[in-house]
Amino acid sequence: MPLYLLSVCYPADAVQPPPDELTRIMAATEQVHAALVAEGRWVFGGGLADVSTSTTVSATADDVVITDGPFIEAKEQIGGFSVIEAADLDEAIEWARRTSAATTTPIEVRPFAHGSAG
Amino acid sequence: MSDASEVERVFRRDYGRAVASVNRLLGDLGLAEEAVQDALATAIETWPVSGVPPSRVGWIITTARNRAIDRMRRESSRHDRHVQAALLHAPDEPVEVGAVRDDQLRLVFTCCHPALAPASQVALTLRLVAGLQTPEIARAFLVAEPTMAQRLVRAKNKIRAAHIPYRVPQDADLPDRLQPVLAVVYLVFNEGYLASSGDALGRVDLADEAIRLGRTLVDLMPDEPEARGLLALMLLTQARRPARMDADGELVRLPDQDRGLWDAELVREGQELVRMCLRRGRPGPYQLQAAIAAVHSDAPTARDTDWSQVLALYDQLHAMTPTSIVALNRCVAMAEVGGPAPALEALDRLDLADYHLFHAVRADLLARLGRTADASAAYAVAARLAPTDAERELLRRRQAELG
Repeated sequence: MPLYLLSVCYPADAVQPPPDELTRIMAATEQVHAALVAEGRWVFGGGLADVSTSTTVSATADDVVITDGPFIEAKEQIGGFSVIEAADLDEAIEWARRTSAATTTPIEVRPFAHGSAG
Repeated sequence: MSDASEVERVFRRDYGRAVASVNRLLGDLGLAEEAVQDALATAIETWPVSGVPPSRVGWIITTARNRAIDRMRRESSRHDRHVQAALLHAPDEPVEVGAVRDDQLRLVFTCCHPALAPASQVALTLRLVAGLQTPEIARAFLVAEPTMAQRLVRAKNKIRAAHIPYRVPQDADLPDRLQPVLAVVYLVFNEGYLASSGDALGRVDLADEAIRLGRTLVDLMPDEPEARGLLALMLLTQARRPARMDADGELVRLPDQDRGLWDAELVREGQELVRMCLRRGRPGPYQLQAAIAAVHSDAPTARDTDWSQVLALYDQLHAMTPTSIVALNRCVAMAEVGGPAPALEALDRLDLADYHLFHAVRADLLARLGRTADASAAYAVAARLAPTDAERELLRRRQAELG
């Protein structure tokens, strides 16, 4: 079955929602996660620490450059992701719809390249 | 039939149906297209000798399927599950007309999948459903041929890589998914209808192609009144085309058109479709726009127009799709029913300052209220914003006629 990456996108300058709302978001997101697991669609995923904690490693056979921060300084960041299985793009979009409604952020749906995942 | 492109032009309709059917077997649009092109090349060689077969599309599908199987046997790298499945099918399995229709409808929904950009939806639909060739589509949209080819390749890659399904949406999803399908066809129509005649030489007529697509949709989805409404709208609009330009190639507005030039056959067919829609009693935006066009087509002169009927239909349309454009058209009808003053009041509440027709309608209402200087200024703004030379010219003429 095809694999899809669902990325939680948010603006880089977004501020964290107030605690009440955050609790609601976490609970709703957990519900979608539970549904993915129950239907056997969940592969892997989770929330990511702030982008300021990133390190970029760029290496050749005999040299390595280590940089503090992300590779791309983007206006949008990825706050978390899920790798799911779905029969086709329509099913993946339906899971993305439910996830987006829960996280209150846009969700990017991206297929894995054919045959790249075991 | 001198070359492959000639055959493809003759068999445009067959091309779309054949690709749809072979795609179900192969699960890959690129392979399906290659196979159908192989089959068409064979047709050029054999039909002049053996005669045209009784079922052209059946012959093309069977031949394409056999060609694809031959090709896959030769190229062992293409051994995914679709290939295996295709090889298992008996090559001489008869082609059923009903199955081909289902395949074509699946392909329509794949081409117009909301995960594809509208420009890609249009290009795919014209290529794979209408059977137009890539250079024809490029010329029709005034886009460089490599750009259009690239757009098609990218879209087909996405269909394959993202697993965009090849199926008709379930009933619950159908209203949402039908919307982009109808929008693609109407976009193609407007692109053809609004194009000025001057640069149309050697281009396929997109308005004709859209009507052909519209007929296909009605044929494939006879129970969808909006598909029928769209076809009616296109036919009733197309009927006015002979009157839309005068002998000098200048645009003529609806009230000034010589209605004797309207295509009576298209009017008759469009009105009949509107009546069928009314009997169904499931109105939608395309059906309402078609009904408005039908009211206009009923009036032997502009003065005979039943404007209260037009206004009632715009009220209904605005309740269903409350866009500024619909509100603008409603103002035109309001002016005819209740005079220019209340219409201008309603118009000035709209947020359409960047739209040339807003200023054109405004200018017309101001002129009727005797505010000539304001009208002239509004025409000037409208002309500056107009997207085509023909429209700009018409607006300048209107401005000059104010005196």
